[in-house]
Amino acid sequence: MPDLSTFAEAAISPAELRGFLRGLPPVDQVGAEERAARLATRSIKTSAKAYAIDLAISMVDLTTLEGADTPGKVRALCAKAAHPDPADASVPKVAAVCVYSDLVGEAAGALKGTGVGVASVATAFPSGRAPLDAKLADTRRAIDDGASEIDMVIDRGAFLAGDYQKVYDEIVAIKAECGDVHLKVILETGELVTYDNVRRASWLAMLAGADFIKTSTGKVSPAATLPVTLVMLEAVRDFRARTGRQIGVKPAGGIRTTKDAIKYLVLVNETAGPDWLSPDWFRLGASSLLNDLLMQRRKLTTGVYGGPDYFTLD
Amino acid sequence: MSERLSVRKTYKLFIGGAFPRSESGRTVIVNDAKGRLLANAARASRKDVRDAVVAARKAQSGWAARTGYNRGQILYRIAEMLEGRRGQFVEELRDTGLGKAAAAAEVDAAIDRWVWYAGWADKIAQVTGSANAVSGPFFNFSTPEPTGVVGVVAPDSPLLGLVSVIAPVIVTGNTAVVVASEPGPLPAITLAEVLATSDVPGGVVNLLTGHRAELAPWLASHQDVNAIDLAGAPDDLAADCARAAADNLKRVRRPAAGDWTADPGTARMTAFLETKTVWHPVGV
Repeated sequence: MPDLSTFAEAAISPAELRGFLRGLPPVDQVGAEERAARLATRSIKTSAKAYAIDLAISMVDLTTLEGADTPGKVRALCAKAAHPDPADASVPKVAAVCVYSDLVGEAAGALKGTGVGVASVATAFPSGRAPLDAKLADTRRAIDDGASEIDMVIDRGAFLAGDYQKVYDEIVAIKAECGDVHLKVILETGELVTYDNVRRASWLAMLAGADFIKTSTGKVSPAATLPVTLVMLEAVRDFRARTGRQIGVKPAGGIRTTKDAIKYLVLVNETAGPDWLSPDWFRLGASSLLNDLLMQRRKLTTGVYGGPDYFTLD
Repeated sequence: MSERLSVRKTYKLFIGGAFPRSESGRTVIVNDAKGRLLANAARASRKDVRDAVVAARKAQSGWAARTGYNRGQILYRIAEMLEGRRGQFVEELRDTGLGKAAAAAEVDAAIDRWVWYAGWADKIAQVTGSANAVSGPFFNFSTPEPTGVVGVVAPDSPLLGLVSVIAPVIVTGNTAVVVASEPGPLPAITLAEVLATSDVPGGVVNLLTGHRAELAPWLASHQDVNAIDLAGAPDDLAADCARAAADNLKRVRRPAAGDWTADPGTARMTAFLETKTVWHPVGV
């Protein structure tokens, strides 16, 4: 493998990049799926469960990405993000609220002083089919309005066509636009077809300067799955071992229950390690998950099963 | 050729239209009246209660949205399916200690009970609803609405008693989570097979077998259960459950010593109904 330090200059040749990505060891599909399934059977109970629930709440990127999003809905979501359970002040706040770029101003205003981040999807989310200057303008606008994190999508068409350089250059350009603002790169693994591609896309995004790699937009099925997240967690682990730089991971889409969330936390701990068990390095992109986490939390504190009637709809 | 091995039934739970084992993996031994082993029935846990409530909640709006006429057809269908399995139920009731004639009479009564309640499905609104006179140019109607998810602790009468507590709950559009008779759980699971083949949507009736004293308090304290029928709970358990049920203002029906063969009347149906009153301007 080539020396990774040469990549930092962003001046590598397309052939070198292609050679590196194609040279990554292939993923053992059956092994990855079995390993993820095996880890998913871990039983997390009582005090460990309480810890996991609070950690998961603090990792949630509370998301609303609908055409029907209104400023009112975004404000309501922000209120919920800062105080997930208004009746219980011991519930931690979530990590960030994730909205479309035109609603960033609304969210940033509502979240001022709460410590909750504002993440904005940008770059022609979810398809990514727009010219680069439109993507850059989209990103700049979101940052100007107060976004603290940008969730960009990669050009899957270029990636699948083998034009890795184009994908790489785009991420570099967006990262330059972001500056200090956190950049999450959405791989849309549901469209990448194979785990080998997921591994390549993960490395590609990390080499290009991503701060986070994110599984999916939530608009394509399958969205986040355990094996895909396992492959990505292995990639960030190996990347840190080789470069010393730590990258975060965010599975998004299809994570709806506390049980699912805890499975992801186990996977993080066993694959990347406990260094990643923090909202700085691991996020869960979700909307309905938060209510289930709150319901489970209340079950643990009160001893009786709750119902959805007692939590806000979103 | 050797004698054929007997194929015996595994008695499982009935949750959301499926027949799962208890998530706990536990079973209880069920003996016949003479103390011989009949079967190992599933022993439900609190998590099975939780799953059953989720299934019942999911099914409730769809079941309530059906027309009374359609619910009546489905209840009648249950009676038809039960009729087709008469012999099996007579055998199971004889195992619980009933004589042949008494068992047959109980099965007949249970079938007739379904038919009786089926008839009420599209008539209860006329009996409990009303058109109210008001001092203005408005129509004012009171109509019965189902309470929601109803927990039922079934009495020990293993078939007729069970039918007599399930039918009045579901006929009006409620869904039920039922803890079956502790000494006689097997007819309840066989009844679940009848329900599963009668066009009753999955989740409308959920049947759990196991220990009442273990399961009933979880039903009573569950915040997503709207009412609880304590027909089969002994006094001390019923008192505990009523107290836990007060937390979210569940409707509670305390046990009434019952002769299940008597005319049931409408009290069990009306116990799990709410009244909705609507105003509508005259002439619009």
